[in-house]
Amino acid sequence: MSMKFREGTNPMSMNRSRWKTILTSVFLLIAIAVCDVRAASALPSGKVIAIPAFARKYGLPCSACHTAWPELNNFGQVFRDNGYQLMNDRDSPIWQNPSYFPISFRITPSWHRESTNNQQVDAVPGNGLGDGIGSYTQAGFDLSGMDLWSAGTLYKNISFVLLPSSDPTAVWHFESAFIRFDNLHGSSWLNIKFGRFELDNLISEKRFLFLSNNGGLYQIYHFNVPGDSNNFGYGDNQIGVELAGHSANSYTRYSVSFLSSNEGGVNFTTDVVPNAPPANRSYDVNLAFSQAFNAPGPPGESGFGQERVGAFAYIGQRPTYYQTEDGVPLVGLGNKPFFRIGFAGDLSYKNLELMPLFMYGHDNPYLGTVLPSTAPLPTGAQAPTFYGGFLEAHYYFNPQNVALARFEQINVGQQSFNNVSAGASGSNGNITAFSFGYRWYPIMFSRAGVALDAEYSRVRTIGQEPLSGDGDGTVGVPNAAVWSSSIYFGIDFDF
Amino acid sequence: MTLQKFAVTFALGSVVLLTAGATSLTAQSHVNPPDPLLGTPSVTSETSHIDGLTGNAEGGKMLYVRFCIGCHGPDGNGQGMNAQWIDPQPRDFTEATFKCRSTPTGTLPTDDDLYNAITRGFVTTNMPPWRPLSPQQRADLVAFIKTWSPRWAKEKPGTPLNIPPETPVTIESILHGRELYQKLECWKCHGPEGHADGPSAATLTDSKGNPIKPFNFSTGDRFMCGDTNRDLYRIFMTGLDGSPMPSFADVIQPNDAWDLVHFLRTLQVALPNQELTLWQSYKAAHGKDLKPIGPDSAGGAQ
Repeated sequence: MSMKFREGTNPMSMNRSRWKTILTSVFLLIAIAVCDVRAASALPSGKVIAIPAFARKYGLPCSACHTAWPELNNFGQVFRDNGYQLMNDRDSPIWQNPSYFPISFRITPSWHRESTNNQQVDAVPGNGLGDGIGSYTQAGFDLSGMDLWSAGTLYKNISFVLLPSSDPTAVWHFESAFIRFDNLHGSSWLNIKFGRFELDNLISEKRFLFLSNNGGLYQIYHFNVPGDSNNFGYGDNQIGVELAGHSANSYTRYSVSFLSSNEGGVNFTTDVVPNAPPANRSYDVNLAFSQAFNAPGPPGESGFGQERVGAFAYIGQRPTYYQTEDGVPLVGLGNKPFFRIGFAGDLSYKNLELMPLFMYGHDNPYLGTVLPSTAPLPTGAQAPTFYGGFLEAHYYFNPQNVALARFEQINVGQQSFNNVSAGASGSNGNITAFSFGYRWYPIMFSRAGVALDAEYSRVRTIGQEPLSGDGDGTVGVPNAAVWSSSIYFGIDFDF
Repeated sequence: MTLQKFAVTFALGSVVLLTAGATSLTAQSHVNPPDPLLGTPSVTSETSHIDGLTGNAEGGKMLYVRFCIGCHGPDGNGQGMNAQWIDPQPRDFTEATFKCRSTPTGTLPTDDDLYNAITRGFVTTNMPPWRPLSPQQRADLVAFIKTWSPRWAKEKPGTPLNIPPETPVTIESILHGRELYQKLECWKCHGPEGHADGPSAATLTDSKGNPIKPFNFSTGDRFMCGDTNRDLYRIFMTGLDGSPMPSFADVIQPNDAWDLVHFLRTLQVALPNQELTLWQSYKAAHGKDLKPIGPDSAGGAQ
């Protein structure tokens, strides 16, 4: 743990925080031990009547495509890269039973507790003045949003994804919707995707294993320097067209995406919900490349597993002012650039999987200062930058039991102004986060899956509200650390 | 909430959730037989040898659980939970009978045969190509598959078929192959034009009594056991054990076998190939002189 972490302004002492972590770990281990892991370690056997939709098509268990559902393994990656085709006769829609429709549902009932300190709250609870500083805590049973996932082939080498997704209150949007033309000219190196989709991230946030408010996002995929007008998030789905290719076993992969500069928004806006701010008229580009190889093990052993490393770059633009009518913004103008670059890995050592990622972000000073590009930059204005990353670890006891941990650190390299006012901090916005959890998959059929998920996550954000949205919206002591923690139990199921 | 309170809540929650699931599984184990993959000591001893790789059954066991159990089942008998929806049925490893081999009919396949089958998959079935698995993983799976039948401990794999160099593709070779197609009664299953509509096609069953369809040359561009001329040669010389497709190794000579290969390629009208090109130009000029293949051409098809 870094010195920075120790020096945080967490009102709890470091010792106490450490004990919390240790105690939680111990209790988790006890809980696991209480269960008969040996009994739980094999797939349910015998003639279990499962939901047969996928079974009718391919007959593969979840674990064939997922290291731990929903994270893909290399077989699943190849299946996805081939346009949801296994490249045998069963890919064709004609093999599907007429009553078959490739659709699945995912939702997670849960109990969770969210607590955030350094919040502006009533000094005397209920006085309505918001005149004090304290913690804001909520706990109870809850629901996640819901995914209504449909994907498959329309024809040989023409595939699709349609993913309407709702928040917990059933407000829907199209998370993903695209058609993909696969294996053009008979080559796996030429595939074109058209629509709204996740960027070709080596480490996918859409398919990861954490669910809690604070742990359920990669902070750096959504980070921008405080005060910056840039709304870009590397983990957010974007809209446009993607050219991608891969070797036969997907060990080598590349993609080039040409995207609207509107954060995946629809209807010429910057979001997928009604009344979002209008978009500009420019385009962004995302580049991704990765290479995998097999790491040999000691003589007589079966090797360490597959190792994958990759790099990415996103070059984009965002507007600095709007054409308006009666003050109502119509279209973004005065575009200024930004970029994100980084590298990532997915490394295996037998049952241990390590996923490191590093990212550097750089925005134009106009985006950082929120000034129209037609205006001169004020003295001290500079390009906001940040850097950081995470290291995530999974340990697979077997295909049905996986322990998780992640540590993440983001530092602001350069604030938008170099002449920060007295009392302001150059580290404003810095984030330190750690999460750990355990997922157990008692059911892993070819179509239905159930995972029991337990997590603990803790995030420290300097002078800002946590990206999870926890907290009451107003930091109590400016420039001081805000700690937010999540405790989470959920039953994640997919039908 | 104090530290103690939430620690206790966290612990209790974990215990309740995880034990509920474990109890559910335990209850289920009273109904279903115990999983044989757990605690089976003999699986650790089997190995496979593919090129420079040594596969270990122990390494293959968890791979089998992850990738194969849904179809081939926890007992390796092809009765996984998805088997009831799969046609053709998954391979029963307990019989150690395999269609795609380089070895004579009735013998065990080589490790390479099993490795190639896993790598290639079976295009006409639900078995996908497992090329995304590393070579070592595939070798481990081969070793584990060999633990399901005692035959592997008692017998050696057969000697791989020696395939001579391919003879030149000529119209004479194709015409001779056509005669063999008639004479060996291939058409009875595969049909006169290779449409899998011969008079016996509807009656075929595999060694377990399940209905099975002959290969349709007119629509298929790949064969179950490969897609080259050598693969095609090997298929009818070794036969597809467990299916009605017999071995013709004792019936035809190597040169004749190549002629049959050349003719079979002309039936693959959906796949451009040199045999088809040659045959189509011959038919354009001499088609009216050809006797149709079928029961009325007992004296020869030409």
